[in-house]
Amino acid sequence: MRIVCPFCGERELGEFTYLGDAKPVRPTAGASEDEVFDYVYLRDNIAGVMSENWYHGGGCRAWLKVTRNTLTHEISAVEPAAGAGAAKVGA
Amino acid sequence: MKYSIFSLARAALSGHKNWQPTWRDATPKDRYDVVIIGGGGHGLATAWFLASEYGIRNVAVLEKGWIGSGNAGRNTTIIRSNYGLPGNTGFYELSMKLWERMEQDLNYNSMVSQRGVINLYHSDAQRDAYARRGNTMRINGIDAELLDLAAVKKMIPFLNYDNARFPVQGGLLQRRGGTARHDAVVWGYAHAASGLGVDIIQNCEVTGFIRDANGKVTGVETSRGRIGAGKVGMAVAGSSSRVAAMAGLRLPIESHVLQAFVSEAIKPLIPGVMTFGAGHFYVSQSDKGGLVFGGDIDGYNSYAQRGNMPVMEDVCEGGMALMPMIGRVRLLRQWGGIMDMSMDGSPIIDKTPVDGLYLNAGWCYGGFKATPGSGFVFAHLLARDTPHEEAARFRLDRFRAGAMIDEKGQGAQPNLH
Repeated sequence: MRIVCPFCGERELGEFTYLGDAKPVRPTAGASEDEVFDYVYLRDNIAGVMSENWYHGGGCRAWLKVTRNTLTHEISAVEPAAGAGAAKVGA
Repeated sequence: MKYSIFSLARAALSGHKNWQPTWRDATPKDRYDVVIIGGGGHGLATAWFLASEYGIRNVAVLEKGWIGSGNAGRNTTIIRSNYGLPGNTGFYELSMKLWERMEQDLNYNSMVSQRGVINLYHSDAQRDAYARRGNTMRINGIDAELLDLAAVKKMIPFLNYDNARFPVQGGLLQRRGGTARHDAVVWGYAHAASGLGVDIIQNCEVTGFIRDANGKVTGVETSRGRIGAGKVGMAVAGSSSRVAAMAGLRLPIESHVLQAFVSEAIKPLIPGVMTFGAGHFYVSQSDKGGLVFGGDIDGYNSYAQRGNMPVMEDVCEGGMALMPMIGRVRLLRQWGGIMDMSMDGSPIIDKTPVDGLYLNAGWCYGGFKATPGSGFVFAHLLARDTPHEEAARFRLDRFRAGAMIDEKGQGAQPNLH
């Protein structure tokens, strides 16, 4: 599996760190116990196309949003994640 | 059929042409008292203990593929009970005791070989941690010996003792640990459970749950039709989230791939099971002579049953750091199994919020050694509706309650365990 970083080009997997499912959104300060529990512990654990956060620590150190099929490891899209990585390209 | 010295001799003398199938390949009935989803080691062990310990014989085990096609055939065959946390210590020792009598119980040669498991340590801090774990084990009546460098050198003289970065300082040894033949474990449980009347139904994939007006699970929809059930137990490691989703449940589990490796066969070299505590590398030698080894999970969600190169490289580097001479041994096979990685690295054996549905999941990459213990306590839960005392901490709601069992002290993220 290789990831095409939007800033560095195609790189081998060892340069990246996986941060998990990109779908859960951090609850706000006033969130209920159930919402925090859901966010921290429960996962959809999708068998199929999933949106994930990866960190390119061995390269440009940008956070990336990777769209990948967990059944085949096929990657269909890589884009800068919201935040620092996205700011670099003005996204 | 029952195996004995006479049955073996009879089969040998008749040219091995008259062997009977070791279990009945059953067709599904309309209804069972208990339906177990998953014909792996844990599902089959559960069925066997339901029948043999708890007297519930109207049981079906549903397997989507064939017996031995899943994680039962994708592990590194190690058995041990060297755990330090309450909840784990007693449970894995219960499992170890069941391994020790498995062949007599099942009338099947599962090749349980108590050749010892040694965890090497490479720093003072790691020695202290292992001393503490060893003491915990001994307080609980489990064998453990802390070996110094001289004792390790005597036992395993061929390690690289000149590694400046990670010098071997000693090891924690459990002599009762070892290996078992993974295929024979599932075949043995299938053989023995079938003999007590359990129906083992292969090529039968569960596609949904049948629920009554109150939401209680009363059966399963399968690729071979509807099957009614008094209770349904899930033991589908790797696919727990997918099956639970059919009942509307979300679990504290991610599925990850773990790779394992086998080298070409060489003469006897590795005396027992060794782990390289500085990296994450473990190795044993099969009875056929191949070195069987592995390391970390690949670290990202996967259902692909195959891994990637960085972990393969990391595992081989770990092996080379410990035993540089294996660099000339060729890698024969590599494979990936899909693990239920739970949020604290420990299993879940509990009733679910859905009435009639019971869960056995979250074994991370420690499921094989747990096989008999898991079956025993899951059968207890299904038969009595209360958790077995050695599995009482493996609750589904322990994350919400703050009662995690984090053996590695790594925190709430599956790819750290």
